[in-house]
Amino acid sequence: MKILRVIIMALTFLMTLPALVWAEEAVEAATPAIDSGDTAFILISAAMVLFMTPGLALFYGGMSRKKNVLNSIMTSFIAMGIISIQWAIFGYSLAFGPDVGHIIGNLDWLGLNGVGVEANPDYSTTIPHQAFMIFQMVFAIITPAIIAGSVAERMRFPAYLIFIVAWATFVYDPVAHWVWGVGGWLRNLGALDFAGGTVVHIISGVSALVAALVIGKRKGHGTEPMIPHNVPMTVLGAAILWFGWFGFNAGSSLAAGSLATIAFINTHLATAAAMMSWVIVEWLRYGKPTVLGAASGAIAGLVAITPACGFVGPMSAIIIGLVGGSVCFVAVAIVKAKFGYDDSLDAFGVHGVGGTWGALATGLFASKAVNELGNDGAFFGNPGQMVPQLIAIAACYAIAIVGTFVILKVINVFTKLRATDEEQDIGLDFTQHGEDAYADTVSGVPFGAGV
Amino acid sequence: MIKIECIMRPGKLENVKEAVNKFGIHGITVTQVMGCGLQKGRTEVYRGAEYSINLLPKVKIEMVVPDKDVEEIVKIVAESARTGEIGDGKIFTCKIDNVVRIRTGETGEAAI
Repeated sequence: MKILRVIIMALTFLMTLPALVWAEEAVEAATPAIDSGDTAFILISAAMVLFMTPGLALFYGGMSRKKNVLNSIMTSFIAMGIISIQWAIFGYSLAFGPDVGHIIGNLDWLGLNGVGVEANPDYSTTIPHQAFMIFQMVFAIITPAIIAGSVAERMRFPAYLIFIVAWATFVYDPVAHWVWGVGGWLRNLGALDFAGGTVVHIISGVSALVAALVIGKRKGHGTEPMIPHNVPMTVLGAAILWFGWFGFNAGSSLAAGSLATIAFINTHLATAAAMMSWVIVEWLRYGKPTVLGAASGAIAGLVAITPACGFVGPMSAIIIGLVGGSVCFVAVAIVKAKFGYDDSLDAFGVHGVGGTWGALATGLFASKAVNELGNDGAFFGNPGQMVPQLIAIAACYAIAIVGTFVILKVINVFTKLRATDEEQDIGLDFTQHGEDAYADTVSGVPFGAGV
Repeated sequence: MIKIECIMRPGKLENVKEAVNKFGIHGITVTQVMGCGLQKGRTEVYRGAEYSINLLPKVKIEMVVPDKDVEEIVKIVAESARTGEIGDGKIFTCKIDNVVRIRTGETGEAAI
């Protein structure tokens, strides 16, 4: 009976939404003209960014063991369901709604109330407001899914679901407002972040590290072999991410034109450079250029260039990529082993570290000659740009650490975060989802492998 | 009757099949197996984490032959499977009590 009442209440609420939207639309008057080219570009970009999430699913799925591949895929894929709804009902309003104290949006745009198909003078002068909203939605979807990489193979699925909704609400939405929302304090401060290095990568990467520490290591970490079960799957996922990232970065210019082209080229060059840099460093250290390393390096480059892609020149992008690939390799291969934390699929090592480097690099390499709307960086005569960059990084670390820690501790009161040792032995595919990915499921590691 | 069981390099399988076929042996069973012996295992590195892989892939060929042919077939198999490097594998032989051809019920050497 209780459930029935909740359903009826929800339906009633949903049915009133269209009325609210129409009421608001009638009030809006003379708005700028919609540009069909820009609109086409942003809608396609949004679709490309959405496609990154299943790309991430394959990227992570290939790196997990056979018995956990479905769970790894599901942690990304389910975000396309649950976060889409969260975003439409209140997430978008919290992130981009009218400013409250430079910290968060208010609830005026609840249920997309007032978010129409006209242009919005603040966010989308040449495209429908809803196009901007859906473009931002696909960012909100992939960001919490990134965190799943650090807690892969051990986090219970129900706890994960609650976590990403809470995290999207209390961490992502506010930070998106700080950086991108009109009135947001980091935006006012002049911190440069073109496509989401802080909002997407730093906060997801840092939260991933916190989650890995709170939930603890996988059973058998360090004593059992934990080898990627399908590297081709990971490479396919990386390739899809690379493709989708053009929508992510170039699309962030919100117009089809020269700035989108600059971001597109920089995205590609930095990724190419980072792939080469990771492979070469790895080759020198371990004697072989691995395919997993090439895929990982590419992602590190994509992450590193994200905040800078619309503010720097192409040669700067190559340098950002070269450094990004090496720095992330060191974080993943050396630092992680040294500290012994179990960031299963290196969400922190790639997104946290790469995102931090990218935010710093934006402050170093930004140039007004490339984009007048940006600023000059430290290497172009304006060392002062490093101040807002560092403040932005520090603020993102702070909210990610505190927010993730508190959310996980609260969830832990109601439901267990961590799968039991036995559940981990059997694998999360069966224990969480009641399925097996492959017919020949055995132990989940190559026969005869040892540490 | 003798069963010849040969554990050898996967890359030499075609050679051996061809050689025993030429001799007149048409019935063989091949299995993919993993094993270790004098040959050392190998190391794989994933994002800087090193793993030792101690068991290496081999193939196992089994055939049952009349007593009189054993010596020659073992020689043929050894020669066609050999590279001269560590890891070439081993041949085992053992006595077989009986063979039954399931389709006809024939037994003994007539069934092989």
